[in-house]
Amino acid sequence: MYIIVIGGGRLGYYLLKALLNEGHEVLVLEKDARICKTITDELGSVCYRGDGCEASTLAEVGTGRADMFVAVTGDDEDNLVACQVAKHKHNVPRTIARLRNPQNAALFRKLGVDVTISTTDLILEAIEREVPTHPVTHLLTIEEKGLVLVDVKITADSATVGKAVKDLSLPKGSKLALIIPGQGSARAPASNTVLQAGDQVIAVTTAESEEALRAALRGP
Amino acid sequence: MKIIIMGCGRVGARLATLLDEDGHEVTVLDNDTYSFRRLPSSFGGTALFGNGIDAEALKKAGIEEADVFVALTQGDNRNVMSCQIAKHVFNVSRVMCRIYDPLREEMYSALGLETMSPTKIFAQLLREKLEE
Repeated sequence: MYIIVIGGGRLGYYLLKALLNEGHEVLVLEKDARICKTITDELGSVCYRGDGCEASTLAEVGTGRADMFVAVTGDDEDNLVACQVAKHKHNVPRTIARLRNPQNAALFRKLGVDVTISTTDLILEAIEREVPTHPVTHLLTIEEKGLVLVDVKITADSATVGKAVKDLSLPKGSKLALIIPGQGSARAPASNTVLQAGDQVIAVTTAESEEALRAALRGP
Repeated sequence: MKIIIMGCGRVGARLATLLDEDGHEVTVLDNDTYSFRRLPSSFGGTALFGNGIDAEALKKAGIEEADVFVALTQGDNRNVMSCQIAKHVFNVSRVMCRIYDPLREEMYSALGLETMSPTKIFAQLLREKLEE
């Protein structure tokens, strides 16, 4: 795959190295001549000096044949514009932008950025996973379908302990995918499966129904 | 009209002053309060410290009730991003965006933003002066 990375800072540098190791054709675009030289000295001609937001620079590096375009500078506005130029001027099929402000995610997607990654959100998710008392953990967001995969822990004080799956009033659009008991192996829930304390329920839901699903699985 | 101007540089401050004199309700936003020195003491509008590419700062500036949003910071990308927030998130009816880079200006104009490139306009003006 041909992947273009905008921004040769620390993130861009390590991303470049990892992608090269995986055997991809990668090119970093970096405005700063010194950073560019450091990268070129170490890794060869995989860094091009230029502004990743300029359509002409992107044309020079063959953005038209890029399979993926990743903007990881430290500024949200630069990442947005670079991705928009790649998308609208060069028809890159997949654009990825790094976000500083997690609230920009929805806007970026609306404006043509395919994937957004926010370190703030990633760290928050890691904290949620690490805190055992947190009842609902996000596992995965399926952007195109508006679905989220969540992990709900059933504890001894959950009102649903001892109830069968068929007696739960799950919100519309929510489905239980898997039950991982405290002891024993994971199983697909049947309508007569009874919830036990210590169970981990993996469920598919929508962002709007998440709270209702939590209430259905753990009680109010 | 209620007008928000992002960027209190020479152009931003001057536009704010003119529109204020015309009786409009003007709010100028800048992420450096030192820039507000450019506003005259007679300025009757609001000068607000804030980052124009942050939706919350724009809300504080009253963007939900604004009729016009003008982006005049030094950064093309900042202007482009704030204008897209104003247009697509807050549905401001008139959004104007300064973009120095003519190529970028053409692209965003094609994408539906009302854009102006001082580079293009001024070069054109100079050429006309020289060739007349």
